[in-house]
Amino acid sequence: MGVKLLLEKANVPGIRTYDVYRREGGYVAAEKALKEMSIEAIVEEVKKSGLRGRGGAGFPAGMKWSFIAKPEGVPRHLVCNADESEPGTFKDRYLMEFLPHLLLEGLLISSFALGSKDTYIYIRGEYAWVAQILEDAIVEATKNGWLGKNILGTGFDCMIHVHRGAGAYICGEETALIESLEGKRGNPRIKPPFPAIQGLWMRPTVVNNVETLAAVVPIIKMGGEEYAKIGVGRSTGTKLISACGNINKPGVYEIDMTISVEDFIYSDEYCGGIAGGKKLKACIPGGSSVPILPANLLLKTAKGETRYMNYESLSDGGFATGSMMGSGGFIILDEDQCIVKNTLTLARFYRHESCGQCSPCREGTGWMEKILQKIELGKGEMSDIDLLWDIQRKIEGNTICPLGDAAAWPVAAAIRHFRDEFEWHINNRALSQTSNFGLQHYADPIHVPA
Amino acid sequence: MSEQTLFKVTVDNITIEVPAGTTILQAARQIGGAVAPPAMCYYSKLEGSGGKCRTCLVEVSKGSEKDPRPMPKLVASCRTTVMDGMEVKNITSEKVIDARAGVVEFLLLNHPLDCPICDQAGECHLQDLSFEHGKADTRYEFQRRTFKKHDLGKHIQLHMTRCILCYRCVFTADQLTNKRVHGILDRGDHAEIATHIEKSLDNDFIGNVIDVCPVGALTDKTFRFKNRVWFLKPMDAHRDCPSCSGRVTLWNRGDEVFRVTARKDEWGEIEDTPEGKPGWICNTCRFEKKHTNDWIIEGPRAISRHSVIAQGHYAGNIGTTLPTETFKAVNDGRAPHLLMDIHNESEVNLPSIRLSEIDGPSHGTSFNNNSKNA
Repeated sequence: MGVKLLLEKANVPGIRTYDVYRREGGYVAAEKALKEMSIEAIVEEVKKSGLRGRGGAGFPAGMKWSFIAKPEGVPRHLVCNADESEPGTFKDRYLMEFLPHLLLEGLLISSFALGSKDTYIYIRGEYAWVAQILEDAIVEATKNGWLGKNILGTGFDCMIHVHRGAGAYICGEETALIESLEGKRGNPRIKPPFPAIQGLWMRPTVVNNVETLAAVVPIIKMGGEEYAKIGVGRSTGTKLISACGNINKPGVYEIDMTISVEDFIYSDEYCGGIAGGKKLKACIPGGSSVPILPANLLLKTAKGETRYMNYESLSDGGFATGSMMGSGGFIILDEDQCIVKNTLTLARFYRHESCGQCSPCREGTGWMEKILQKIELGKGEMSDIDLLWDIQRKIEGNTICPLGDAAAWPVAAAIRHFRDEFEWHINNRALSQTSNFGLQHYADPIHVPA
Repeated sequence: MSEQTLFKVTVDNITIEVPAGTTILQAARQIGGAVAPPAMCYYSKLEGSGGKCRTCLVEVSKGSEKDPRPMPKLVASCRTTVMDGMEVKNITSEKVIDARAGVVEFLLLNHPLDCPICDQAGECHLQDLSFEHGKADTRYEFQRRTFKKHDLGKHIQLHMTRCILCYRCVFTADQLTNKRVHGILDRGDHAEIATHIEKSLDNDFIGNVIDVCPVGALTDKTFRFKNRVWFLKPMDAHRDCPSCSGRVTLWNRGDEVFRVTARKDEWGEIEDTPEGKPGWICNTCRFEKKHTNDWIIEGPRAISRHSVIAQGHYAGNIGTTLPTETFKAVNDGRAPHLLMDIHNESEVNLPSIRLSEIDGPSHGTSFNNNSKNA
């Protein structure tokens, strides 16, 4: 059993209610932070913990907090990004649904550290029932004196507001989220200025993921240094992984980041192996926007070392032979899955979710989808593969927000690692409509140069 | 306060000193010529515009004197301010040229390319952009998105199919009128400019959206299909208007005023009035004063940038030079296969005749007379 910090109490009956959460040691960290610790000390603990943003980019949370501008007389805001829309990622939903008070406690401590009197949870509209759970929890917490005016007699006022999005993936991007929260169209802003300087209503703002803010609670409870001892290198603490796809036990798992990818997939504690006794073909290890990896590169790096479930190891080899930790949406594809179809599904998603603000993403995502559709329907030509490659190259890095990159990477990685499957689709047009390319050599051990 | 900090910035190996806070694009425009990156969505007179079309991407090869690291990605020059000692590569960077060709291809992907029937043809920024930075061919083979034409009130027609979603008209309505009634609906490649629902744009200054539109998406209904811009003679004129500056460009053919627009500078943007304010004009000046006797005419307008109008041989062009190379020279010595030399058959539009020198409307006789004199 690995260390569990966030989901330790998730299975306690009634943990969703305040009374049970409090009895199980809830709000102890908040009490400690508000009564015994200074603002600087809290930020220092988070910095020491090495906690990295759990939303996808992996930016150190303590560092992000220290960037916030503190002009006199201007309110600051903390915004919790609960717009979890990445296909394959559902860890935040689990956390909010079962442990709403854990998030509120993390939000309270973080709000205190950042001086945010109005803290917002921006939750995606599809999580309507989760928003209700959070709202109920806020009412309970307010009733018990954890939110509102003069919390614990410290003179600190804080209110948490739940704001429901309308179901746009792009509103998970922090500046688009801020625009949407302000009541505008959810278009990402052009940076700089960064939200830490001018964010919500042009006030200094920090936007953090649900899991990041929840992780503040164990950090305060056990101390930053203790927290940093869990995990390896710069991947400290525990991470929630939402595993899905062709596995025996899909679900949300909390891992400490020392476990190998192979153990994670095949051990009974976690995914429990590939469903139906089939073979592993490929995996998208961090949510739909990170590069897909074939089985051989997933389990071992290009150097032949074992790949582990942490930020550094998953990105070992760069985009040529590695991927990213991303937001922890672990999608497994077995031997029966078609990579072309999978890539088409992702391309369709990004075409639909592009905000349409900047031209490479607006036009390029639609174009890629159409070409992939053509290949999938058995009408593709060899030149289409190179065209796809050229389009993704021209989108990547040339857009305002990372959605352009997120749309380009899956296509790039699919072509990079599975080019022969694309070629098979084009050379065997009729056959590709009735049968599958299968596993082929994708699980073979890769040649390691001496 | 009077002393401004000046930053040294080098664009394509040309160094210039600009006040702090200037964007790379503005600095490059001060140098001028081919160094200035093209801009489809940025409009200096509109706050908050820019950053969207990505045609003005440049490479920053040196961040500043203090922090000489290059920027990791290409940056939108219209929204990136200069730093002291910054070095920028525009047309000297292969990455930029490649990315820009990509952006042009993306912009043209869903564009109908109906230039032959488009009123904007000849003064269209997208035409200029694709001519200067694009490729001859597209690799797109699918159906383009189309929309129905929309009437936005009495004076303006929306051709959404041509729109490149630059948001300029949205900013114009936000900043010039008291209430914006149009905006962007939907998202991605199905996003569209629309009013919600079927409202008309009837603010007194809303006509300016026609001037800011870089393509032919918003057109002047009083001018639609009346004439081609390159047959018209632009004349600077003014009138004493109670609501706007009254400084306009009249587009005449003979004595007839075909349309009225605001005066535009060499970047296609509204020129400032002598008082230093943007010279937006009101709907009355634009749509209703269509007689020469409504106006005090100052003289012919010099049009420099727009390729097609400038090619109309108008006198007083700034910086336009006719190409000196012959077709043969640029075509590897191959002459075009000539089926018929039109100038042997007809005397209309002889290249030697400058349209601007013809007094009044041009008729066949003006060409005949000229050729007899020659």
